[in-house]
Amino acid sequence: MADKILVNGNVAVAHAALAAGVKLGVGYPGTPSTEILETFSAIGGHAQWAPNEKVALEVGIGAAFGAARTIVTMKHVGVNVAADPLFTVAYEKVDGALVIVVADDPGMASSQNEQDSRNYARAAGVVMLEPSTSQEAYDFLGKAIEISERWNVPVFLRLTTRICHSKTVVELKELSKADFEPNYEKNIPERVMVPALARAAHRRIVAKLHEIEAWACEAGSGMTEEKNGDKSMGIITSGIAAVHVYEAAPEAGVLKLNMSYPFPNKVVEEFAAKYDKVVIVEEGDRIIEKDCRMIGVEVVGKPEEFVFGELNVARTKKLIAGDGSPDAPTPKDRPPQLCVGCPHRYSFQVLKDLDAVVTGDIGCYTLGVMPPFEKIDTCVCMGGSIGVGLGLRHVLPDDQARKVVSVIGDSTFMHSGLTGIVDMVYNRPKTGHVVMILDNSITAMTGMQEHPGTGRALDHSPAYQVSVEDVCKGIGVENVAVFDPLKEQEEMKATLKDYLDNDKIGVIIARRACIIALKNLSQRK
Amino acid sequence: MSKKVTNVVFAGIGGQGVLKASDILADAAFASGIEIKKAEVHGMSQRGGSVSSDVRFGEGVLSPMVPEGKADYLVVLDETQVEPNAGCLAEDGKLITVNHLDVSKLQSPKCVNIALLGVLSNFLDLDVEILKNSVKANLAEKLHEMNMAAFEYGQSIEA
Repeated sequence: MADKILVNGNVAVAHAALAAGVKLGVGYPGTPSTEILETFSAIGGHAQWAPNEKVALEVGIGAAFGAARTIVTMKHVGVNVAADPLFTVAYEKVDGALVIVVADDPGMASSQNEQDSRNYARAAGVVMLEPSTSQEAYDFLGKAIEISERWNVPVFLRLTTRICHSKTVVELKELSKADFEPNYEKNIPERVMVPALARAAHRRIVAKLHEIEAWACEAGSGMTEEKNGDKSMGIITSGIAAVHVYEAAPEAGVLKLNMSYPFPNKVVEEFAAKYDKVVIVEEGDRIIEKDCRMIGVEVVGKPEEFVFGELNVARTKKLIAGDGSPDAPTPKDRPPQLCVGCPHRYSFQVLKDLDAVVTGDIGCYTLGVMPPFEKIDTCVCMGGSIGVGLGLRHVLPDDQARKVVSVIGDSTFMHSGLTGIVDMVYNRPKTGHVVMILDNSITAMTGMQEHPGTGRALDHSPAYQVSVEDVCKGIGVENVAVFDPLKEQEEMKATLKDYLDNDKIGVIIARRACIIALKNLSQRK
Repeated sequence: MSKKVTNVVFAGIGGQGVLKASDILADAAFASGIEIKKAEVHGMSQRGGSVSSDVRFGEGVLSPMVPEGKADYLVVLDETQVEPNAGCLAEDGKLITVNHLDVSKLQSPKCVNIALLGVLSNFLDLDVEILKNSVKANLAEKLHEMNMAAFEYGQSIEA
């Protein structure tokens, strides 16, 4: 009998990837997805961090074009970054498996929005599987690989926070291995998306999705799961919501959609016909509900209250009862803070002393918004600090414009800060602009992951170290200065003031290692 | 062995070992051959924010999250986190907090999580030896002695 382990969904996916002989795992760290590649690497898989999710997906696409089994991992907002290649690779033929593992964060435990990746499956025309336990995360990665190779299409495996970070028992079953080796076969019509070829490709992918839907509706495909119940109510659900449903409504009939896209129309119609009333229980957007209405199946959708936050057993009961009243407010949790001794604190003190308007970014330093600093004025997306700062500089009256500073971290700079720097020197604002790179030499917020600027690969082995200052100088930034924010706080402040007062274009790198990363580093040595 | 599902919620602040305590209990239940599910919220907890973790074991566990008002035990590592989590406790549920301990009796305040596991072990239908082995399996060897002492101190507490 296969071994059993008690693991979370991320670890389960990593074990499945190893069992299925995945040749390459690539992604960008992001809670709640990060441990997938860390685990895959730790148990012997080839995993690497890309600078961002777009590059990760492109590398994954190349590997799959080369007939290798590949997984690409990211959090939900990462799909926005990777959306450009995603929408076109959906038309193209992959020879190896290409599985995009995306981790959504309903309730925003650690994210800037709660977008629902199921929309991407529909928008791009990419098959999507949704596990509800660690075992299914394991099994469905195997299924996703089979589907990807059988129809030569990319497949989404959608996890959510509670799948990623809940531990349940996994039986490490044998998964079928590829019966072919990486190899390149020329195929211009299915790989080069110029208009004439893409028009045919679009029709081809839609036809494939119909085939996959028909297969998913066959008994034995494992793509839907039905539990019989009292005739008075049937529930259609997917993902983590399904386990809440089983507990909240033990008497109800349940149709669980293991494949939520393409939508298994026939199975849904047959299920709905058996029940007096069909209720849709879904976390996030109203997607199953709309798909049911599209095929004329009458269903009861969820009250608007349940578009927000994650579900649990109590909320699922309310949802099923059609009770859309707001939940009683829960006492406030203690919010996260910049650590005591965090080097960012010294940089934020400088920004506060100079009364800067700070366009912020995504990372630990976003916590500079908290007292005593309150020195993050905007936060939109990865890399957004620089463009948003430049936009303000272009339109504000000079005295206000001179106060604008963009603040970005080292990993975020590598992810999507470079093009912002190019714009800063190319479309130079009249009052100049200053970008502060708060370089703590690690991807800290997601839990200490390496990036191209740390000089270490995903598994912490030595790698080429991209120099932030050389990149900025190479792009053409006239003033680039590096300071230790703890030891050279005054000098850093004087330089920032000089750049701001004298309309300079400048990058100030405040470099001091994250205190948690330093501890980890010393433990590894 | 109990048929009924036992619901335990651990709560505290990032860095106190909330997740470690819940992992230890979950592994012990798993090693005892009991159905087990465990949920936790990571995210920005490393930055000193609130952290909690749910452990559910017994026959027929479905959702990994302890429903509101259904926790049999609420184990709180930091006083400030009692109020935010009190709603999860069942009417006849048991609150176990750091206030039950004399922290000065621990070799390190970092052992509060393990001492509270010791207190909790008095109430659970789990083999204490399995639980102790799980403590060891989840901690570096150099920490075993200190934490075994903390666990046994916890066992001596009447909560």
